[in-house]
Amino acid sequence: MKKLMLGNAAVARGAYEAGVRVVSSYPGTPSTEITENIVQYEEIYAEWAPNEKVAAEVAIGASIGGARAMSCMKHVGLNVMADPVFTVSYTGVNGGLVFCVADDQGMHSSQNEQDSRHYAKASKIPMLEPSDSAECKEFTKLAYELSEAYDCPMFLRLSTRVSHSQSIVELEERRGDALKDYKKDPAKYVMMPGNAIKRHVYVEERLRRMQEYAETASINTIEENGSKIGVISAGIAYLYAKEALGDKADYLKLGMVYPLPEKKIIDFAAKYEKVYVIEELDPVLEMHCRSLGIEVIGKEAFTLLGEYTPRMIAKAVLGEDGGKVTELGEPIPVRPPVMCAGCPHRGTFYVLKKLGLNVCGDIGCYTLGAVAPLSSIDTTICMGASVSAAMGMAKARGDEFAKKTVSVIGDSTFIHSGITGLIDIVYNKGINTVIILDNSITGMTGHQDNPTTGYTIRGEETKQVNLLTLCKAVGVEHVVVADPFDLKGFEKVVKEETQREEPSVIIAQRPCALLKSVKYSGHCTIGADCKNCKLCMKLGCPAISIKDGKPFIDESQCNGCGLCTGVCPFGCIKKED
Amino acid sequence: MTKNIMIVGVGGQGTLLASRILGNAVIGAGLDVKVSEVHGMSQRGGSVVTYVKYGEKVQSPIVDKGCADIILAFEQLEAYRALPYLKEDGRMIVNNQKINPMPVITGAAEYPEGICEKLAEACDLTVVDAAALAAEAGSIKAVNVVLIGVMATSTDIPYEDWIATIRSTVPPKFVEMNVKAFDLGYHLKG
Repeated sequence: MKKLMLGNAAVARGAYEAGVRVVSSYPGTPSTEITENIVQYEEIYAEWAPNEKVAAEVAIGASIGGARAMSCMKHVGLNVMADPVFTVSYTGVNGGLVFCVADDQGMHSSQNEQDSRHYAKASKIPMLEPSDSAECKEFTKLAYELSEAYDCPMFLRLSTRVSHSQSIVELEERRGDALKDYKKDPAKYVMMPGNAIKRHVYVEERLRRMQEYAETASINTIEENGSKIGVISAGIAYLYAKEALGDKADYLKLGMVYPLPEKKIIDFAAKYEKVYVIEELDPVLEMHCRSLGIEVIGKEAFTLLGEYTPRMIAKAVLGEDGGKVTELGEPIPVRPPVMCAGCPHRGTFYVLKKLGLNVCGDIGCYTLGAVAPLSSIDTTICMGASVSAAMGMAKARGDEFAKKTVSVIGDSTFIHSGITGLIDIVYNKGINTVIILDNSITGMTGHQDNPTTGYTIRGEETKQVNLLTLCKAVGVEHVVVADPFDLKGFEKVVKEETQREEPSVIIAQRPCALLKSVKYSGHCTIGADCKNCKLCMKLGCPAISIKDGKPFIDESQCNGCGLCTGVCPFGCIKKED
Repeated sequence: MTKNIMIVGVGGQGTLLASRILGNAVIGAGLDVKVSEVHGMSQRGGSVVTYVKYGEKVQSPIVDKGCADIILAFEQLEAYRALPYLKEDGRMIVNNQKINPMPVITGAAEYPEGICEKLAEACDLTVVDAAALAAEAGSIKAVNVVLIGVMATSTDIPYEDWIATIRSTVPPKFVEMNVKAFDLGYHLKG
């Protein structure tokens, strides 16, 4: 049966067909839908882990226990899970083990544009890279075969355009998912120096054998069109090149991007007047070709930044300009993402802006608190850094600075890696105030449950981590729960807690406005008695704009959350049902 | 040759669903198809762009500047922004809705005047009051399907395949309403 499938759904299908039994992941765009799609296969145990490191370790344990296992993450999630990854390269596997990592060329939803292929080389773990959904499924299944045949974990590298594009996939049956035997084997699985030294020998020998495999692998293909131009490419960039150049070039498409088939590359390159290496982000394939003494054209013709397009490649390789582009020359206002109408974070940032505090931000929808008019956030680095970076700023600049600084971090992000920063503050006598934006869900990646929601990935009820008790348990004596839509009350709490000479936590509790359980009704209107003070404009609500010189609420955009009624000092904004 | 379609709008307008209906109608017609979507942060009220490409064999999932046969715009400013992607002889279909982006809301920028007039001079343009037609069909939420109906006349996918796709995609109790919405778009005199 043929089906139109998202790349991520096809990876999930591949895992199903390959007989995978355990999947543990942390959500992150563009990888999230792999694990969400796993849920439809009841044969597979699936979970959201508190962070990527835990997820990888659960998958590693499942593999050692004899099951085929998977862990999926975005590129920056791979940084979090790097620790176990480098060592599981040494232990190898029992059941097949695949880590799916999705890069985000163009940074559609990320804080950097790192190229995860470097991890394959650094950890000596082979990496496959599909170009479309059919290959997503095929390569996933192949990865399990290779993993078990070579006693080796495998990377499957995806990218935004592969993960989030739909193309046609042929569905097949699930193979058996029998557990492999589990035998105690400390020489293989206990990585203390005496054992690890021997396993390192194995790793190097395995890499040599994988390289031999790469030379004849069916996923490293050559397409000859009798051209004088040779193109070496992989993944999504291969499809751009193919669309741009068609049969005006010959291609070496690398389905396996680490280790590389050196002989095959040398033989291919020898046939052409010009050889282009076309790859987004870093010159990984290019540098390898150069190290083999092959003269190639790479980053001198193509950018290190962002996504490529067929047009860009046609211009660089053939000098062709492509079809006419109509530009009218008028500046078009940008439309950056905004917090939704009814977003609970809006109340929090309105208050923080009003108080003029320094704000260390984190990763989530609330990063949008950096954007005008709320313009509150000073820093955003990575998951959890809001808490620990604020501690560092306070240690650099002293207690008075600390009293004018807060950290803001979502509920899921706090569990992911904010709690460790909070422990640092308590342990090392910090006086910082941390605001946990508890909106009852993992918001930005599209509503995944997490340990604070009380539900599993399958929607089953489970124990709920209580943020208040958790913060108290690590030694924070002042933990306050406050509603960010009670603007006056919330402001009072922030003022009080930031002035303390000891650590404090404010749990800003109000659910995401997009949750089905949240039922705001009606809409707000601005009365004719409006004094035009424009204070309501400071909320940055997408429903409120200026019409004929005065603030106006667009009913079609307003969800009736009522936050603006509390902002108007003259009581001119009313809620209507 | 592939047919390149771009669907543009504002996060939350339902462009993703429109591109999926389109993709499924194409697969029903037995062609190769690729649909490129946008997830994550950019969905939060920002500009969203999805691509649908179909034909004998489709390579990349994206549509380049100057390469779109059809641009289906759910909002005027997004249509204006997408114009450079339209082929010289391409067709632009615009829902007449306007949604102010944040720089306009804060007063840092102005919403350009007379977008539809300017687009009409620059390309083959159809302006649709999709909200009114959707309301006529029975639900304002069917703006999606109205616009797909308008666009369907520029494709070589048979009418029956569209109807079959709608029947298989929407819940049974909304089928008739959505078929009506599709028809209103399909038979629009533009």
